Amino acid sequence: MVFASFNNIISSLGFSTLENYEAVNKSIVGVKKRILPFSKEEFCVSQIENDQIKSRFSELGDEQLYTKLEQLSILSINDVLQKSGIDPKDSRTLLIYSTTKGNIDLLETPQNNLIDTKRVNLWSFANTLQNYFNLSNTPVVVSNACISGILAIIIAKRYIEKGLYDNIIVCGGDILSEFTLSGFKSFNALSNEPSKPFDAKRTGINLGEAVSSILITNNSKLASVYNTQIISGYSANDANHISGPSRTGDGLYHCLKQLNISETDSIGFISAHGTATPFNDEMESIAFERANLSNVFVNSLKGYYGHTLGAAGVLETVLSLESLKNQRLIKSEGFEEIGVSGKISLIKEHQNNTFSSFIKTASGFGGCNAAALFKKL
Amino acid sequence: MDALIEKLKGQIIEQLNLAEVKPEEINPDSPLFGEGLGLDSIDALELIVLLEKHYGIKIEDPKDGKTIFQSLRTMAEYIKANGKG
Amino acid sequence: MNSITSYARIKNNSVFVNGTLVFSADTNLNITEFLSEAYKKLSISYPKYHKMDTLCKLGFLCAEFAIQNTPFLEANNLDSIGIVLSNSSSSLQTDILHQNSISNKEAYFPSPAIFVYTLPNIIIGEIAIKHKITGENAFFVSEKFDSELITNYCEMLLQNNTTALVSGWVEINETNYDAFIFLTERKENINKNTIFKPLNKQIVTELYNT
Repeated sequence: MVFASFNNIISSLGFSTLENYEAVNKSIVGVKKRILPFSKEEFCVSQIENDQIKSRFSELGDEQLYTKLEQLSILSINDVLQKSGIDPKDSRTLLIYSTTKGNIDLLETPQNNLIDTKRVNLWSFANTLQNYFNLSNTPVVVSNACISGILAIIIAKRYIEKGLYDNIIVCGGDILSEFTLSGFKSFNALSNEPSKPFDAKRTGINLGEAVSSILITNNSKLASVYNTQIISGYSANDANHISGPSRTGDGLYHCLKQLNISETDSIGFISAHGTATPFNDEMESIAFERANLSNVFVNSLKGYYGHTLGAAGVLETVLSLESLKNQRLIKSEGFEEIGVSGKISLIKEHQNNTFSSFIKTASGFGGCNAAALFKKL
Repeated sequence: MDALIEKLKGQIIEQLNLAEVKPEEINPDSPLFGEGLGLDSIDALELIVLLEKHYGIKIEDPKDGKTIFQSLRTMAEYIKANGKG
Repeated sequence: MNSITSYARIKNNSVFVNGTLVFSADTNLNITEFLSEAYKKLSISYPKYHKMDTLCKLGFLCAEFAIQNTPFLEANNLDSIGIVLSNSSSSLQTDILHQNSISNKEAYFPSPAIFVYTLPNIIIGEIAIKHKITGENAFFVSEKFDSELITNYCEMLLQNNTTALVSGWVEINETNYDAFIFLTERKENINKNTIFKPLNKQIVTELYNT
C-alpha cells in the first residue's frame, strides 16, 4: 500500500500546513491586489513576503547562495524531513520535484555572482536541493504544466509500487514572475479581482506562489498521522488543443473513469482544478457530470491561493488531506452562483461531515489532465 | 484600402505562421475564423498583438475582436478608423 | 512482453529510422532550415506544424518518423497509448524568446503563440493532437538522456492501463539539438517495418548510443 503522509505548505497564508489550514478554515484569502516590482499596474496575486522568507531561511543557510525558489523548497522539504524523521541519504529515499518554471527569475533579474545562472535549468535547480540535503539519489523532475503536482504524486505512487523506493518526498513549487504574469496576461486569462471558480461572474485566474511538500511512503507507521492511502491515479490527454481544454472534458473524464471508484468509498469531495477561467471550469463540470459525480461536493482552493502552477497539485492535495483528517469540508472561496453547465454541487460554507475519501484533479496546457483518489483506512 | 488589405495579408501570414497559405488565397471578404484559414483562439489573441505592434491600436476587451476580425476587410476598416499609422 | 517496435533519431541534420539513415541535409543548414527540409521529406500537409516552436517541431517530426509506416496506431487503442518524454533544457530556448518580448518596456509585446510553448509538455500535446492519442502523459527533465528513468517509468505504465508508449528525448539548447523517440508495445505487431527489441535499460541505452 502507498500512503500520503507528513507534509508542508509555504504560501502567502503561512509557512506550515497547520498555519495554512487554519487560515483557510477562517476563510482568509491570500490573494491581494499588489503593485509588483516589474510593473506599474496592479496584479491580483498571492505572494509570500520576502522578509518572512529571509528570517526563516537564515536558520538553514546563507541566503546569498540560494534563489528564492531554492530557499522556499529547502524550508518546505526540511519541515517534512524533521516531522517524518526519514533519512535523506538513504538509498531508498527519493525526491520528486514538480515545477513549471523553476528558477525562471534567473532569466529576468541580474543575480549576485554566487548563483550560477545555469540553475535556470530544472535539473540544475534540483541538483542544488540534492546537494543541500545530501540526497543519495538524483531527484526526478516533473514538468508537465498545471498537472505537474498531482502527476508527481501519482508517479511517486508508481515508483513505490514497483519497489524502487520506500519513501518519496514530492515537492512542488513555482514563484511569481513577470515571465508567467505577462504570459497569462497575453492570454487574457488574468482576473483583476480575487478569482471566483465555477461562479457565473468568474473572469479568470489569479497567479500565486507557493511551495508544498508531501511524503509518499509504503511505511504504515510513518503514515499514521493521516492513515490515508493513495488508491489510484491516472493522467490523460484531450488531444484537442494545446491551450484550450476539450469542450466535453474528454481527458479529465478518461482519468476519472479509470479511478475505479466504488460505492464504499464515501467520497467527501472533489478538490477540482477550478482556475476560474470560463473554459476550464465549464469543462470540469461536464467531466464530473459525465463521471456520475454530480452528487459529490466540489471545491477549488484557487480562491484562496490563486493558481500556484507546479505547487498547486501538491498544495491542494495536502489541504485536502487535512480536510479529510478533520472531517471538514472547505468552502470553495469566491463561489456564489453556479456558472457552469455541468451539474455539480460546490461547497458553499465550511462544514463538518463524515467521509472517508476525496478526489484531486488537475488540467493544464498541452491538453493534459490528471486525477487521483485518496482514502482513509 | 486595397493596399492596406494586401499589407495585412503578409502580416497575418507572418504573425500566424501560415506557411502553407499564399496571400492570393485569402479572400478579403471571407471569414477569418472557422473554415478557411483554420485559425484558433491563440490566433485571435495574436491578431490583437499584431494590431498593437504594427498599428499602435490597443484592444482592451478581446471580445471586440469578434467584430473586428470578421474578415480582412473589417480588420482594415478598423485600422483605418483607429490606427495611428 | 514489452517490445520496442520502432525508433527514430534526429541529430546532426540527419534522420535515422530503426538505425537506418532515411534523410540528411547539408550540415550548414541551421536547425529551423533543416527541420523544414525534414518536414517536406515526410510528405504530409499539417498546417499546425508551422505554428510550433522549434522544440515541438523537432519532437513532432521525430515521432512522425518513428510512427510512419508502422501499424502502431491501428494496433493499439488510442486511449491506452501513453506519451513520456524528457529533455535537459525544458523549453529554455522559447523561454528566452518570451523573456526578450517583455524585457524592453518600449517594445513590450508578449505573444500568446510564444508563451504557450514555454512548457516542455506541449510537445506531448502536439503529438497527441496529431494522432488523437489520449493516454498517459509525463514530461521529465534530467541533465542527460536517462535511459533508466525512462525505461522504469515506461514499465510502470505498461503494468497499468497503458498498452503502448511513445517515449524518448527531445532536446534543444543554444549549441545543439537531439531527438530520440521509440515506440513500445505490449503485443507483437508484425510488419515489415517493425523491429522487436525487449524494453530494458540496456537496449534503450544501446539504441540511443548508436
